[in-house]
Amino acid sequence: MIIPLSHGRTGFVAVACALLVLPASSSWGQDAQTPEEMKPYTETIPGTDISFEMVPIPGGTFMMGSPDDEADRSKHEGPQHPVTIAPFWMGKHEVTWDEYDEFAFSFDLRRKEREGVERDSQPEGEQQADAITRPTPPYADETFGLGREGQPVICITLHAAMEYCRWLSAKTGHTYRLPTEAEWEYAARAGTTTAYHFGDDPADLEEYDWFFENCEGPQPVGQLKPNPWGLYDMHGNVAEWVLDHYVEDLYSRRSQDTPTVRPVVVPDEFEYPYLARGGSWDFDAYDCRSASRHVSNPDWSVQDPQRPQSIWWHTDATFVGFRIVRAFEEQPELIDFKSPIIKGKGPKPDDAE
Amino acid sequence: MTGPQPSRRNFLRNSAVAAVGTASLAAVPNAFAAGTDSIRVGVIGCGGRGTGAAENICEAAGQDHNVTIHALGDVFEGQANLAADRLSKNSKVGEKFDVSPDRVFAGFDAYKDVIEACDLVILATPPGFRPLHIEAAVKAGKNIFTEKPVAVDGTGIRKVLAAAEEAKKKGLAIVAGTQRRHQTGYIESMEKIRSGEAIGDVITARVFWNQGNIWVRPRQPGMDDMAYQLHNWYHFLWLCGDHIVEQHVHNLDVARWAFGDMVPSSCVGMGGQQVNTDPGFGQSYDHFAVDYAFEDGRHVMSMCRQIDGCAKDVSEYIVGHKGTAHLMPGNYNLAGQRLRARGEVNPYVNEHINLLKSIAEGQPLNELERVAHSTLMAIMGRDSAYTGKELTWDEALNSPLDTFPTNLEWGPRPEIIVPKPGITNYA
Repeated sequence: MIIPLSHGRTGFVAVACALLVLPASSSWGQDAQTPEEMKPYTETIPGTDISFEMVPIPGGTFMMGSPDDEADRSKHEGPQHPVTIAPFWMGKHEVTWDEYDEFAFSFDLRRKEREGVERDSQPEGEQQADAITRPTPPYADETFGLGREGQPVICITLHAAMEYCRWLSAKTGHTYRLPTEAEWEYAARAGTTTAYHFGDDPADLEEYDWFFENCEGPQPVGQLKPNPWGLYDMHGNVAEWVLDHYVEDLYSRRSQDTPTVRPVVVPDEFEYPYLARGGSWDFDAYDCRSASRHVSNPDWSVQDPQRPQSIWWHTDATFVGFRIVRAFEEQPELIDFKSPIIKGKGPKPDDAE
Repeated sequence: MTGPQPSRRNFLRNSAVAAVGTASLAAVPNAFAAGTDSIRVGVIGCGGRGTGAAENICEAAGQDHNVTIHALGDVFEGQANLAADRLSKNSKVGEKFDVSPDRVFAGFDAYKDVIEACDLVILATPPGFRPLHIEAAVKAGKNIFTEKPVAVDGTGIRKVLAAAEEAKKKGLAIVAGTQRRHQTGYIESMEKIRSGEAIGDVITARVFWNQGNIWVRPRQPGMDDMAYQLHNWYHFLWLCGDHIVEQHVHNLDVARWAFGDMVPSSCVGMGGQQVNTDPGFGQSYDHFAVDYAFEDGRHVMSMCRQIDGCAKDVSEYIVGHKGTAHLMPGNYNLAGQRLRARGEVNPYVNEHINLLKSIAEGQPLNELERVAHSTLMAIMGRDSAYTGKELTWDEALNSPLDTFPTNLEWGPRPEIIVPKPGITNYA
């Protein structure tokens, strides 16, 4: 059930029209004044030929979580409750190493050094991006032999994903961030109410996504079928970070009748537990459902022998990556939000919620 | 923890912290401290790894062994105090933290005080200090957890091998931080490889540690040469041994494991400091490639690199006459058959489980000679690359190269010279 927040044409009608009358233009559709004007667009990371595509997601209200009778569900996926989402754009694909390496390994800074760019005379956004702290160098191969080109980023922390977004926002002038858990599920379902966006039968999963049965590792993004809203790899390839702190009984604290509007449990200084959503190459089909919730914990960094452990790399989370969104109009608690996570802080105590 | 986990990733590691017997303790010296029933653990080298190892031994001990973290030592007072603070707040250490302020030691002799005060010492300083600390701990009759590598030159290896012999005579327990040897997936893979079941007869091994740049720490205001080198220890030969010794030793150790712990008879290595030439990189090479020859005609091919923007690979390929096994932590492929190690115990904890168990059962593990041989294999490859010469095992073992300072003191250090093959001659 989709209830548009605004009247008139939905984003999808607009998208269809745009595709008919206009060839893809790299920046067209980025500066919509109203939700109806939101179009898909391609953003190029300044100074590179690396680009990514964003897809408009209309606002609406949906039932979050899985129904009591869904097969293989976990208790914390319920109770189902109505949630209202405002319009946003979402990455058509998971963020790839190609994009992330620019930030994580300072390819941008090194290019500027090679080209003799005078750092102080750059536009303000570039100066801000340059000033953002980059991940510490990993000890070993951060891909753990699972491949790189065209493939989604793996083994990074929520903090790293949030800092990438901050860097990307400064560079592009558009505010990118991680989706909230609610936004993620809303986009993944794309109006569907079944266990997967294609229905309830896990046997069909191999047509849409990479999971335990059909691959040995992450795969280049966008190779299989998208969901109804044109998003690829939502049920597989890598699980995707969302912003929210994990709260086990969260859904039962929300109204079962009145829609909760744009819910989010914003991160604090603790390093765990947060949520990744969607399936992954290493998960069984039932863990790839639209309502599946994957909870981060220190076991995601077992092979990091240092104390405190890295705030950037989860050595054992070869199954986690992320996807970005851009709000049409940002919700108040996320305006100018930046990662408050502190290295070495560890898991949030159970009684500190 | 909170919430269910994906079933394919079974994280129930704690279950493997199995109950162990507490019988026959008398056989191992310092199994228990005199007059108490606990093992007093001291940490020598209080950086990230020393702090991590202290946490690991507490987690390993769990309810089965009475272990306390008793004393801390570091060259830098601030580092020792920082570790004390962190460990006192560490939930896995909890009540096992028992370091009074007068047992936090600083300076070059801090190790002596820690050894004196404890029954078991964790050696986690930069590798250059290891022979000195191992020698002292064995002499004092203390059990040891030593990080790898255990030396940075042939002179250090000779000390360590002598200590290994003495430790055997004294019945001391010594476990080394070559954690792959304590990792379920590696152990199971290696059993199938060694039995011939997985890949037939082992013909060769190709081993890699190719990664991007590692950290460089700039000199801080007020640091003299010695303080700066200790701070940026990765890039000074006498402290680190270069990355072929400091990290690639893991992969070389796996190759030896597959070869039945043989040692190579000779090697030819090459390498250089090609890209990372800023002074912060000291005399570190940024790449090495070494061909090791064994007496029975087999070879091990090895590569390691620390250069950004290049192909990465940290793994071992064990080649048999029926196929190849490709091994890396958490991912084990035996000639196309993926071995899924479920519920693998954290290998950094398992090392300590095995150490404590061996003490409790009066069957002390002693891995010192084995890790010394793997360390020398790395040193031999490095020295061949540095000098350009083919080196035999005996030449490497008897090398007169002694990089350790004659006097450990603050102040100036000799000029850093990057080795050049064909010109540099250590012999």
